[in-house]
Amino acid sequence: MTAIAPGTVPKSSPRGSAARARMLRGLLPALSLALVLIAIAWLNPRAISYFGFNLMLNLAIPIALATIAQMFVIAGNELDLSIGTFVGFVGCVTATWLRDATLIGIVVLIGSIGVYALLGALIHLRNLPSIVVTLGMSFVWQGLAILVLPKPGGKAPDWLLAIMSFKPPYIPFPILAALLIAAVVHFGLMRTSYGVILRGSGGNAAALRRAGWSLLRTKVALFALTGLFGVLSGMALIGITTSADANIGNGYTLLSIAGVILGGGEFVGGRVSPIGAVLGALTLALAASPLLTFMHIPPDWQVAANGAILIIVLAARVLISRRER
Amino acid sequence: MLQAIADIVRLDGAEKHFGAVRALNGVDFHVGAGECVGLVGHNGAGKSTLMHMVAGTLRPDGGQIAVRGNQEASYSVARALELGIRCVFQELSLCPNLSVAENTRINHPSLAGFGWRRRAADLIRAKLDEIFPDHGISADDIAGDLSIGRRQMVEVARAFTLTREPLHLVILDEPTSSLDAHTAGQLLSFVRRFVEKGGSCILISHVLGEVLQNADRIVVMRDGKVVAADAASAFDRDKLVAAMGGAEGHHKAAAEARKSEPGALRVRARAVRQQDDKELVARAGEIIGLTGLAGHGQTDLLLAIFSAASRAKAGIEVTAPVALVAGDRQSDGIFSQWSIAQNIGIRSLARLRSGLLISPQREAELAEFWKQKIGIRTPDMNNNIFSLSGGNQQKALFARALGSDAEIVLMDDPMRGVDIGTKLEVYDLVREEAAKGRTFLWYTTETEELDNCDHVYVFKNGRIVANLRRDELTEEKIIQSSFGDAA
Repeated sequence: MTAIAPGTVPKSSPRGSAARARMLRGLLPALSLALVLIAIAWLNPRAISYFGFNLMLNLAIPIALATIAQMFVIAGNELDLSIGTFVGFVGCVTATWLRDATLIGIVVLIGSIGVYALLGALIHLRNLPSIVVTLGMSFVWQGLAILVLPKPGGKAPDWLLAIMSFKPPYIPFPILAALLIAAVVHFGLMRTSYGVILRGSGGNAAALRRAGWSLLRTKVALFALTGLFGVLSGMALIGITTSADANIGNGYTLLSIAGVILGGGEFVGGRVSPIGAVLGALTLALAASPLLTFMHIPPDWQVAANGAILIIVLAARVLISRRER
Repeated sequence: MLQAIADIVRLDGAEKHFGAVRALNGVDFHVGAGECVGLVGHNGAGKSTLMHMVAGTLRPDGGQIAVRGNQEASYSVARALELGIRCVFQELSLCPNLSVAENTRINHPSLAGFGWRRRAADLIRAKLDEIFPDHGISADDIAGDLSIGRRQMVEVARAFTLTREPLHLVILDEPTSSLDAHTAGQLLSFVRRFVEKGGSCILISHVLGEVLQNADRIVVMRDGKVVAADAASAFDRDKLVAAMGGAEGHHKAAAEARKSEPGALRVRARAVRQQDDKELVARAGEIIGLTGLAGHGQTDLLLAIFSAASRAKAGIEVTAPVALVAGDRQSDGIFSQWSIAQNIGIRSLARLRSGLLISPQREAELAEFWKQKIGIRTPDMNNNIFSLSGGNQQKALFARALGSDAEIVLMDDPMRGVDIGTKLEVYDLVREEAAKGRTFLWYTTETEELDNCDHVYVFKNGRIVANLRRDELTEEKIIQSSFGDAA
């Protein structure tokens, strides 16, 4: 009797195939990035160089940071439609106050993270849909940005410019930064014991409450982390562009959502992947303009081509998930 | 006073109202140290509400709760855990996106800091090995990938893991509802060992035999009150059913011989892993049971038959429309945002159409008919499906299948966590529909339900290993076939 392990044979195979499909899905962000890179290398081999990567991935760092920010709210089954204008607001503060009155700048930026935490509390306590709250906030951030910087201008603080133009040997800075972001967030969210609680709040909130955890605290933590990475994204963006504009981050809302989903995340269920999100952001950053420029697609069509790439990758993911059944 | 201290938990005059409904109406209840208390009653009798109070997830509107003789003024989940009281809830409460080890971590605040993953994995693995020696679950498995039975095993094992907090009382709410006879037996014998070592347990189950055999004392609830409480030896099955009330008119599965002339062929199916020539054959008017240890290919075959109905599939022949009653009703059965009527009508949209649109009137008629026929207890079929108790939700899923044009009804262990009154009603309905010529393929983990079947296929490792007629059907035979060599 002991030799029989009931269930091992028939059960391990569907579970094994589920695991295989998950692995395949986990590899998909890396595969799509590789595909885009291969396409670029084929169209323009000179782009695959230290200098080329520096140029092509220039804007990838702020996009990756904004994507990570979005990933934290998505991990808690929420959505942040204000991240783009928030990045713009942070950019305006960075290019003005942070340079001219550093202390006020720091207070404002930390305060804005606090606002994000409060939004999380509000959404949890009043059971409001986050889409509505953050859509409203997106206009608030935009308005504040225009108040801070009515017309394009300002200048990034010198230390920030120095960081963002750092040229390490051999590995281009954007790639180094992406590796660092992915590693830090992966460790924090996927490996630490409180990261489990944060993801669990998206997976089964009722179970977490019954185990004695505060859902208010998890939601506040997730929103505060979104605020933190939003601030980092805004600062990184200004460090690259050197001056600001109130509308500078508007495109980031949809880019960040697309990046999370492209990176293997799901809108509900607490299934997110920081490494995937960073890869998704890199893919989007490359596909957004370098690839399309090399393909001689006129700028008028680039946005549509960008959307087409997104649809292809997501369709591939759906096919893989379907095969799992 | 001695008595009060020997009590792990004692509730006096506990009351709870939900709007106009009195869920608990002055209940006195206690559990002593080293005692297994069985709690039985129909769905909606107030068992779950009472247990939520003991576990601290619900606050009583009236009455008092004392733990080990001390009155608890502000009782909560955190306080209950601190005092060593834990609960395995009826609805599965694992996070599907987390691994087994990570789910264990959620219940143990002290599993933190360096090396917590390894400690969590060791903890849950050791407990699973202790309770279910041949479980085949890895601590790295993602909970959502596991079958419902294995998820239940993880959840039960997790409740018995020990770190910093003490462990005195575990509430098991329908712990065996998704387990097959073999694993259920492993669990219940573990519970006995736990109780003998001085732990306490509250066992809620609709399988009365389990309660009679494993509880020291049995408490019967009805309509929010305790109606009987006595040593388990003072009860037998009939007495329990009588005390629970409501099911008197029924008698155990009708064993009367029904017409035996074979009807038209409805389903002929071979399991994918089948190597010999055994196959499943179902004819019009037959009720066919599928059994064996849980997760040995029964559900897979049902799903294969289901998909073969719309798209031809090798090895499977289906000659009539098919409907499926899902077993995991929360994830596979119910449209949670929809009303009861919409949930029933979804399988019959073609008939509910007028022109291009769904006719709300026809949908309401269909829903009303089945409300009467199957006895769905609700004031309004337009209420959200979650306004129903678990048993009534399952009735709505039966109504969805039976109200459709399907001549073949596939049932994937649908009676999970359903009270005996509802079960008996559904059994009657299934037999009635079969007499009218419908075919039922019924996978169940409860051997008693097989008494309703004309013949039963036993599964092992994804293959059919035996085909038993009703008159040769015994629990021993099923277990023997499930473990025997699949020649």
